[in-house]
Amino acid sequence: MASVQWHSRCRKYEYEKQMRRLEASAVDISDYHPLKAITVTDSKSRRSARKGSTSSTSSSSSSVAPDPLSSLLDGTDPLSLFAAASVIPTIPHSISAGELGMKRKDKEEEVGSDFEPWSCKRGEILSRFTTTEKLSINLFVGSDKSQASSPSSAVSEKVRTRLEELDDLEEGSQRELLNLSQQDYVNRIEELNQSLKEAWGTDQKVKALKIVIQCSKLLSDTSVIQFYPSKFVLITDILDTFGGLVYDRIWSMCAEPHPLPESFSADDVNDTAKETCLNWFFKIASIRELISRLYVEAALLKCNRFLTKAGIQETLQRLTAMIRGIGDPLVAVYARAYLCRVGMEVAPHLKDSLNKNFFDLLASFRQIHGDSVQNQLALQRVEIPVYLTLYSPAIHWILQCVAYRAPEVLLTEMMERCKKLGNNALLLNSIMWAFRAEFVATRATDFIGMIKDCDEAGFPKHLLFASLGRSLSCADPPESERLSVLNEAWKVITKVRSPRDYMSCAEIWVEFTCRHFTKREVNTVLADIIKHMTPDRAFEDAYPQLESVIKKILTYFQDFSVLFSMEKFLPFLDMFQKDSVRVEVCKCIMEVFIKHQQEPTRDPVILNALLHICKTMHDSVNALTLDDEKRALALLINGFIRMVSFGRDFEQQLSFCVEARATFCNLEPVIVHLIHTVNQLAMETNRVMKGSHSRKTAAFVRACAAYSFITIPSLTSIFSRLNLYLLSGQVTLANQCLSQADAFLKAAVGILPEVPRSISIEGKQRSSEPFLLDFINNFLSTLLVVPDHPEQGVLYLVRGLLNMVQDYTWEDNSDAKVRVYISALPLLAAMSQENYLYTIPKVDSNETLYGGDPKFIAELNKLCETLIGQVLDHLKGLGRDDGVRRQGGLAFSLFGCLLAHGDVRNNKLNQLAANLWNLSHKHGFCDARTSVRTLEHIKLQAQQSEMTHLSDLTTRLSLQSRA
Amino acid sequence: MSVSLDLRLKRANKVYHEGELLSGVVVISSRDVLQHQGISLSMEGLVNLQLSSKSVGVFEAFYNSVKPIQLVSSNIEVVKAGKVPAGKTEIPFEFPLQAKGNRVLYETYHGVFVNIQYTLRCDMRRSLLAKDLSKTCEFMVHSQPQKSKVQPNPVDFTITPDTLQNVRERTSLPKFLIRGHLDASTCVITQPLNGELVVENSEVAIKSIELQLVRVETCGCAEGYARDATEIQNIQIAEGDVCHGLSIPIYMVFPRLFTCPTLETTNFKVEFEVNIVIVLHDDHLITENFPLKLVRV
Repeated sequence: MASVQWHSRCRKYEYEKQMRRLEASAVDISDYHPLKAITVTDSKSRRSARKGSTSSTSSSSSSVAPDPLSSLLDGTDPLSLFAAASVIPTIPHSISAGELGMKRKDKEEEVGSDFEPWSCKRGEILSRFTTTEKLSINLFVGSDKSQASSPSSAVSEKVRTRLEELDDLEEGSQRELLNLSQQDYVNRIEELNQSLKEAWGTDQKVKALKIVIQCSKLLSDTSVIQFYPSKFVLITDILDTFGGLVYDRIWSMCAEPHPLPESFSADDVNDTAKETCLNWFFKIASIRELISRLYVEAALLKCNRFLTKAGIQETLQRLTAMIRGIGDPLVAVYARAYLCRVGMEVAPHLKDSLNKNFFDLLASFRQIHGDSVQNQLALQRVEIPVYLTLYSPAIHWILQCVAYRAPEVLLTEMMERCKKLGNNALLLNSIMWAFRAEFVATRATDFIGMIKDCDEAGFPKHLLFASLGRSLSCADPPESERLSVLNEAWKVITKVRSPRDYMSCAEIWVEFTCRHFTKREVNTVLADIIKHMTPDRAFEDAYPQLESVIKKILTYFQDFSVLFSMEKFLPFLDMFQKDSVRVEVCKCIMEVFIKHQQEPTRDPVILNALLHICKTMHDSVNALTLDDEKRALALLINGFIRMVSFGRDFEQQLSFCVEARATFCNLEPVIVHLIHTVNQLAMETNRVMKGSHSRKTAAFVRACAAYSFITIPSLTSIFSRLNLYLLSGQVTLANQCLSQADAFLKAAVGILPEVPRSISIEGKQRSSEPFLLDFINNFLSTLLVVPDHPEQGVLYLVRGLLNMVQDYTWEDNSDAKVRVYISALPLLAAMSQENYLYTIPKVDSNETLYGGDPKFIAELNKLCETLIGQVLDHLKGLGRDDGVRRQGGLAFSLFGCLLAHGDVRNNKLNQLAANLWNLSHKHGFCDARTSVRTLEHIKLQAQQSEMTHLSDLTTRLSLQSRA
Repeated sequence: MSVSLDLRLKRANKVYHEGELLSGVVVISSRDVLQHQGISLSMEGLVNLQLSSKSVGVFEAFYNSVKPIQLVSSNIEVVKAGKVPAGKTEIPFEFPLQAKGNRVLYETYHGVFVNIQYTLRCDMRRSLLAKDLSKTCEFMVHSQPQKSKVQPNPVDFTITPDTLQNVRERTSLPKFLIRGHLDASTCVITQPLNGELVVENSEVAIKSIELQLVRVETCGCAEGYARDATEIQNIQIAEGDVCHGLSIPIYMVFPRLFTCPTLETTNFKVEFEVNIVIVLHDDHLITENFPLKLVRV
């Protein structure tokens, strides 16, 4: 095809803008609007209005569409009604009665959510009471021989070092499993639990009962005493399973005609079920061993419901008394705990037996220091303090049950009783655990006195203070006592030798201190902790506690200027020397900062400290750091940078950015953020100076540009670099730094060839082409306002860009290059206008530089012609087989471009346009609707006075028939 | 062969008293029509006396006295020879529970040397080719409640080394003082045995305290008798060195079948006793015996 001559269409942007503006049409308010509520006019009332009736009709003349809900509620919902009613001082009788009833019901309600359930304690006990010593299980399970060959026990068979069949009794054998590790023990118990369910499932009720009896028998064995609490937990699990199985079975026997109601009475139960239930009880009553009988009966406590109304209560009382027969105090206290637990589950309203349990416990308390216990401890080489802590879970539990929603009087009585026992530390500890925090808090001074009076040798005092601290962190002691409480407590805590004990105590008291005191006291506490934990690097073992200290401080001190003015805070942070923990702590601090810092800050203390913290986070990044982790860290650091503001002191801000860049060089998102910050800084300066820089600000702005210019190359992501170059270029241009802008844009063009053909986005390889096209289009639109460099040739940057595009290795079979050419045409057309579409204030663009010089225009036209030539060549190349669809599309876009930007009065261009139209329709791949609309548009244009020449073009453009 | 024969009594607990009607159903379930030569029911109550091995020599001469004593016996034909339709068939029956002659229906009791047992047996005779079917089921008889009122007669006890009989070396005994009481020595069989026990002091730690329920069975007649005491059950009420001065409950449920109201007849006697057994840590065994009279009210 012969070369084309390009003539840009002359544009009058202002006029066009006016033409295109939407017609402002007055909107009739009464018009239908989809979001407006439907209004229905009440025809009846209108009629009455027409009659001229005097009654007010305005209220009903138009009502909201009948909404079934609102019409029912009559505008106000019951809740707000109720609230309104409660505001009225005289409450109607009916409501107050209802409220009272509700309250009473609430009180009677069995166990609320404020009762810490056993399941919580369970795990705690299991993890706390462990042993490395060897355990043994002594079992006599009837007819269990077959089990030995079952695969489930085959594994433990190996573990078992000795299996003794001591006696062939009746139908089973007694066997003793020795030398079990704790884990083996747990597994064995779990196996028993399974075989219990299995036996039950296969209708071997007697075997199931035997398993349960044998298991509960294990609870009388106190060898390896440290493990006893855990053993208790494991075995009571089995008992619970058993209790549930029996209850469900009897329940299902009653369900024959229709299921029992939840609140059934013994009369609803049929004879067969009663007989079965009775049978169970007779069987249990004949169990020889006291402890087995006790536990199994307690497990079946709930089944008493099937027999008599008062059964549960009587049984509870009887079992409570029965526990007195248990000589070993530890075994007895756990039996009591189990009974209380079952009692709370089955009949929480029966407080008497709970109290009785506790008083019995007190009565037999001296047993703990009896000879037989001492002998046993000596034999097992367990020290008294360790032994005493074994009691804690059980006593805690009993007291928790007793104290649950108990009246104040009862609690006071309990306390008095404990006092009579000579301020027994063990009890005191449990009281502080189990009683309401408010109760303890109001008597904090008393408690401290009692703790002081306690016997040194027995229960460790730091545990007592820990318990007290726990209560005080939930409830406030009287204001006047607070300081003395803290002083007294800390006096003791600071004397605790073992770092571990010290820390567990201090961790709790920090909360109390933070809650009620100022930074001065907290600082003192921190200093004390540092003093205790530094020797022998004791802090290494206490990271979780130390971390929790920090977290507690952060919840109470959210003003960072106060926080960092504590002298010991940063030294405290220095104790975190293990990297992972350190970073974790830093992250916590930063999260709190970002969440709670409302206003930007320039406080040097905060900045220094946070910079230090952020640097710690940043320095933790290494080659092995996960992307997510990096992202999280970068987010936190960015949050910090965002909060730094030096107000009008821009130079300081810039130097902060410089420092930050040096500090956070490994985190790309932070660097990107910094560049944005600096760019914003430059624009802010511009805004302050109202567009005209003084010499000083100009220098500052150039410094900003320099910052960006040297920072951008350090980024690895190519598109970040490209976009930032462009953005910084735009910013510098806006600040009238022409040479800098030139440098940025040149740099952007310079790295274009480096763009890889595919980039990875969210872990997937994607073609980079759409991103590159986007960028180039963006770039081109910037180029309109960039004035030519006086020392370089005309359109130096445009040419440079197009050359790069030409040389870039595009994907095979891609039209991207041609698309760039087509999109460069509008730019060139825009450049040849007399007045540019947009300009930058105080920057002379090419329009003023060349002033519409014909040589310049000619240059532009020549460039256009070259480009069109390239496009046409490409189109020709596409003419073969599979390219036709793409050919059509490209031809159409070039057509559109010609029409919009070319002067079609020129014959050649006119002809070219017609040809392109035909080409795009030749193979029928053109979207018919677009064609029709384009044609209509041209016709519309042709009606304008200067565009009349378009009308004859339209005659030459024919629509493809729908063949 | 899917034929099953079952006996179901109306009462779930299978307990009946003299003069009452023993009623229930014979349940036959069969997949096909079942041919039979008649179904009959028989009820029988027997006292079996056994001789303990140590007294067998003496008693061989008195063979007669160990012949089972029949208390009740009756027999009825439920269905004459014929066919039972396929599926589940229930045939109701009733027996008046009446003692034979002038005998009394003693309460059901399973002992070692004395057994009082009541059974109901259903037989289905069938043709030569098929096996006869039979099903036996035991039912319980409770004797008539006692007319007179039971007087609570509490028993207090104190056990010290001095109160013990049958001690070899009194000097080697450790010192101890155990006090307590039983609420009653005449016990209602359906109520548990109650009481309390306090270890006031003990020189040697206590290992265990147990309640031992003992039956004393006497078989014999004018010519001579054999009296044997055997343990029914042993219930631990305290384990380990219990707290001194704190009362420990004594509580025992009388097991069913193995106990009955104290019984005295011309041929045999069944009596009960309870022992409080205290085991000390040095394995001294201290036993205190209390005869009990069980009654039914």
